[in-house]
Amino acid sequence: MTTFGKLAATEAKLLLRTPVWVAFGVLLPTVVLLGVGFIPGMDQPRDSTGGYRFIDLWVPSLVVIALAMLGLQAIPAAVAGYREQGVLRRLATTPVPPAYLLLAQVLVHAVVALTGTGLMLTAARVAFHVPMPRHPLSFVLTLLLGLVSVFALGLIAASVARTSRGAGGLAMIVFFPIMFLGGVYLPRPLLPQVIREIGAYTPPGTQPLQDAWVGAGVQPLQFVVLAAFALGGTALAVRLFRWE
Amino acid sequence: MSIIEVTELRKAYAGRTVVDGVSFTVERGEIFGILGTNGAGKTTTVECLQGLRTPDSGVLSVLGLNPARASAELRRRVGTQLQDARLPDKLRVREALELFATFYPHPADIGDLLHRLGLEQHRDTGFGKLSGGLKQRLSIALALVGDPEIAILDELTTGLDPHARRDTWKLVEGVRAAGVTVVLVTHFMDEAQRLCDRVAIFDAGRVIATGTPAELIATTEKSTLDDAFVTLTGRD
Repeated sequence: MTTFGKLAATEAKLLLRTPVWVAFGVLLPTVVLLGVGFIPGMDQPRDSTGGYRFIDLWVPSLVVIALAMLGLQAIPAAVAGYREQGVLRRLATTPVPPAYLLLAQVLVHAVVALTGTGLMLTAARVAFHVPMPRHPLSFVLTLLLGLVSVFALGLIAASVARTSRGAGGLAMIVFFPIMFLGGVYLPRPLLPQVIREIGAYTPPGTQPLQDAWVGAGVQPLQFVVLAAFALGGTALAVRLFRWE
Repeated sequence: MSIIEVTELRKAYAGRTVVDGVSFTVERGEIFGILGTNGAGKTTTVECLQGLRTPDSGVLSVLGLNPARASAELRRRVGTQLQDARLPDKLRVREALELFATFYPHPADIGDLLHRLGLEQHRDTGFGKLSGGLKQRLSIALALVGDPEIAILDELTTGLDPHARRDTWKLVEGVRAAGVTVVLVTHFMDEAQRLCDRVAIFDAGRVIATGTPAELIATTEKSTLDDAFVTLTGRD
């Protein structure tokens, strides 16, 4: 097997042997969806939300929860934990390129995030008849770009911080605005116009997710900005990362 | 030409000089000891040899290459065991060896390594569940998995019980017998006296003596390398 393939496979095994993040990442979005969805009134169409039910508009925000938890908490905890334990120090003396470790982390956590998202979408359809995305291709592309852009932010935090506590703190600075802009705390239609505008372009792209879902489709500019966040963030993380 | 040549190596961190004009050579096929108390500059010197740190000044040659410029090639040809470096607790012995084997172009045979280092019964044990002695054995195995020309072993037996130390010494002799040049960093003089063909004694960032253990014992008119070391470092 190639070096990267073996590294990713090994990271996947290790992640499955520490199932807390796997269970969190896979199950939490669905649990929150069911919890919120069964609150009375959540599944009634409202004029204040453009005739949509609250639950329809909130599903993209749940995607944000899944991505942010794994990207901004699980990944920094994993990489900074390796730094504290001296695992990175050990790898530094081998020929393996540092970027491989970062990309392996992105890959295994992406599988968890996408599994969790898939499960949540299925539950939303079965339990609340939330329609599937109207523009499935745009939705998948936005989801992938959003995922990489948020994970890249987590990698940057993990690269800059010396300890897992520091990485967690740094990631939190990004975590709360992302959750806020993503409409996790307040539904996006209730947020001020300017906040919504900003949220339309920041990772993980809640607005484009919503537009792909119930709206008129994703604007090309939104793809471009998300792709720039994804590529630029990953490149910056790889540049900033040091074994020691 | 010597397999490692170090001439007037200097390195300071934030104005504090840690390595202050160190010179020595290591010959192919020997076990060379870098001895000294904690903070004598041993680990920094070794990290410069591996290209993990860039010297402030001095000339280094490892396998005929400059570590600062050819660190990628040296990481393929030099195996390393480090102090304070760990593996993930849940990573099993055989998985660690199989993973590290993919990092190198011509890896050693893993079954053979497990056998030579007495790790066969522990192949499916996680790193976190290994005893100190077994962790060190795995650490040596990982240093050898790339079939290196040089193995650098840093504080190999610190924290091990006397039996595990003696077992580990036999392994190091086995490594040399397989044709690998060994650089052994230690502050245990009995270990150096038993294993090393030649040693360099580090003190406060300098090399204050080099030679075979027998030579150093003879010139100081002591009976053990331990006593010779104390006399040479002037803290008698």
